[in-house]
Amino acid sequence: MAEIITEKLSHVYSAGTPFESTALHDVSISIPQGQFAAVIGHTGSGKSTFIQHLNALLQPTEGRVLLDGQDINKDKYTRRDVKRKVGLVFQYPEYQLFEETVYKDIAFGPSNMKLGKEEIDERVREAAAFTGVSEELFERSPLELSGGQKRRIAIAGVIAMRPEVLILDEPTAGLDPAGCAQIFENIRCYREKSGATVLIVSHSMDDVARLAERIIVFDRGAVVMDGTPAAVFSRAKELMEIGLSVPKAAELAVALRDCGVGLPEGIFTHERLLAALLQVREGRKC
Amino acid sequence: MLRDVTLGQYFPGNTVVHRLDPRTKILLVVIYIVALFQAQSWIGYGLVTLVTLVCMALSKIKPSSMFKGVKPMLFIIVLTALLNIFYTEGTPVRPGWIITWEGIARAVQMMLRIILLISGTFLLTYTTSPIALTDGLEILLSPLKKLKVPVHEMTMMMSMALRFIPTLIAETDKIMSAQKARGADFETGSLIQRAKALLPILVPLFVSAFKRADELAVAMESRCYHGGEGRTRMKQLVMRPRDYIALVLGLLFLAAMIVLKRVGL
Amino acid sequence: MEPIIVFENVHFNYPGDEKESLHGIDLSVTRGSFVAVLGQNGSGKSTLAKHMNAILVPNEGRVLVDGIDTADESSVLDVRRRVGMVFQNPDNQIVANVVEDDVAFAPENLGVEPKEIRRRVNAALRLVGMYEHRMHAPHLLSGGQKQRVAIAGVIAMEPEIIVLDEPTAMLDPQGRREVVDTAFSLCRGKGMTVVLITHHMEECIDADRVLILSEGRLTADGRPEEIFADKALLEREGLEQPETARLLRELREAGMKFPGEALKIDDCANRIAQALQAEERSRSSWQKSSPKS
Repeated sequence: MAEIITEKLSHVYSAGTPFESTALHDVSISIPQGQFAAVIGHTGSGKSTFIQHLNALLQPTEGRVLLDGQDINKDKYTRRDVKRKVGLVFQYPEYQLFEETVYKDIAFGPSNMKLGKEEIDERVREAAAFTGVSEELFERSPLELSGGQKRRIAIAGVIAMRPEVLILDEPTAGLDPAGCAQIFENIRCYREKSGATVLIVSHSMDDVARLAERIIVFDRGAVVMDGTPAAVFSRAKELMEIGLSVPKAAELAVALRDCGVGLPEGIFTHERLLAALLQVREGRKC
Repeated sequence: MLRDVTLGQYFPGNTVVHRLDPRTKILLVVIYIVALFQAQSWIGYGLVTLVTLVCMALSKIKPSSMFKGVKPMLFIIVLTALLNIFYTEGTPVRPGWIITWEGIARAVQMMLRIILLISGTFLLTYTTSPIALTDGLEILLSPLKKLKVPVHEMTMMMSMALRFIPTLIAETDKIMSAQKARGADFETGSLIQRAKALLPILVPLFVSAFKRADELAVAMESRCYHGGEGRTRMKQLVMRPRDYIALVLGLLFLAAMIVLKRVGL
Repeated sequence: MEPIIVFENVHFNYPGDEKESLHGIDLSVTRGSFVAVLGQNGSGKSTLAKHMNAILVPNEGRVLVDGIDTADESSVLDVRRRVGMVFQNPDNQIVANVVEDDVAFAPENLGVEPKEIRRRVNAALRLVGMYEHRMHAPHLLSGGQKQRVAIAGVIAMEPEIIVLDEPTAMLDPQGRREVVDTAFSLCRGKGMTVVLITHHMEECIDADRVLILSEGRLTADGRPEEIFADKALLEREGLEQPETARLLRELREAGMKFPGEALKIDDCANRIAQALQAEERSRSSWQKSSPKS
């Protein structure tokens, strides 16, 4: 099934001009089928360039990207096929809405796949359900809806292609806390039901810590950390030094240790922090 | 990739040509165009070519970047040349041929004229920042304000357009990628299919451009914009001795071209 | 405690909208204070902001800025030069191709002398830390840098109030910090009145006052410590309690004792460490004294 492997992937923008800049350097990573991974790094760290390689929107300057063992840039056809298998939701995806009705817009992807009418209909309804887009909105113009609704319609437009790998670039950027929570819930739900591999780029560390099984940290075009949330956030200090934020609970744990409170490693959620603090308190009691 | 397209075409630099007042440069280009159209003979064209080359050397603009500017016009240049070759009467190159010696000469001259015209105007845009250019235009055209021509508004619109070109190019790029990720195909199919395929790009682009325009208007109003009335400029344009010298030289050049034409050369 | 912005029973609805966007707002902002406004999308936050510099005027009630009624059309410029506005999308508020030309835009509109404009532009760019970038093209800057240029652009008007309407919504954490730090330095360092509209709670914890807007009404108004300690209120407004406040509350529920609230990470950690030490001390002194009894 859908396993993504990058082999020594490098990308140079505007090669051979005065504006030449290396965006990715020697990235070798393997993401197994069904994993929920988060990609973090600050703007310009190469994370956006990286994800655009995974569905052949960008071609590597050096190295390869393999989907199920096959080079996705082998020829025109594999490049086209990979776009169906690997769905990419860009930042602020609501800017891509263009159809007269919500229904037609969600159907744009499946129609490009030349599917039958019934198949398209089924997929549109399924995708709308996943993203909490009510069927009452189907005949409305997407342009007159609220920001959060537009965002979910745009995500539905990608989910309707039933990708085996779903990649989302900062899906909650610019939304209020309620809107963010809803999007994360939609993604979690889609992943659970479809078994798809999910890759999410996000600055919202508390949500990443809660949802992802694995965190890949980019800095200056290279992968600098890669592991479980517990492993990555136990290096909270290093993350903060390269200008990244960490879950508030992890930041508090660092500050508490600096104050001499002996907390164990690997604390990055509120629940663990509270439990650890109560344990310290108990420990001091006896 | 769209982001590789250079628009605005300004090459920053610090040569004499760069430092001339934009008004001087705009006037010089006008003089240059009038002078160019006086040329009738090889001597005339030779003189204009020489002046152009000197200006290029002074501004340190590479001939290769000049050529880049001419390239998109290549089709028109070749077409004009061909028409002139075939439709000029005179002595045939060989008896019975339609191609005449006069035709060839005319074709070469017409090509030169277009290339020189483009090079001259590009010299202006290559060495003058868009802001300086619109500022210069606004001042030069300000007498028209008396005739109720909205000069300030027009130049403001020009500079806004220039400001938003890079933003809109980046945006087009992004929308294209997003639609490609949804399986849109811009490269294959018939002409009509391809035109249709542009809709998913154009609609979002227009929607966002209107939204930008709306927000920009509010932001400008918030910063006390209320038209050109009572507006001042941080960067005052000042005519320096070199500007007057350049203008005098330009006029001398024009006079020389007119004299050449009068004596039939 | 002199008020500089006063809202008196302000009602507003957009033409063609049946529902009112502002529903009787009464508010007075003290000169030199830092006020944060929280609220969900569509709560009327932006509408509120636009009333502060006469981009919108109330249907009912009135807004006074430094004593001037914003509905008075002849003094619109007087209001706007006192209130600088910074908006969400940095790309849509930068008008020029060069950073310093953009910063000069507002004073140019106000007809300020060229030399004075130059002085103000340089001063404003230094204040936001963008002086080195004054000759750059704005579209090549990062989001946080663009927003700082936008802030410099309004500072160059020498306003008394700066209203920032979700200036961090489109930025990454680093850009957010840059912008919020700049906003605080304007208030604490330059004595400007700052109104920050946001939906990131951590940006409000240093504010003098936090307002919560919900469906066009002010539903909460208080110091950040008060607002963020009130779990019921936050839940009602769809806001999550900041980690620090939540932790202190839950530790309290488990029987620990803390004096007051601490919203900043370092303060909170200190409080907890001290409380643990205090517990230990009282216990060891109790243990020492217990054998006797």
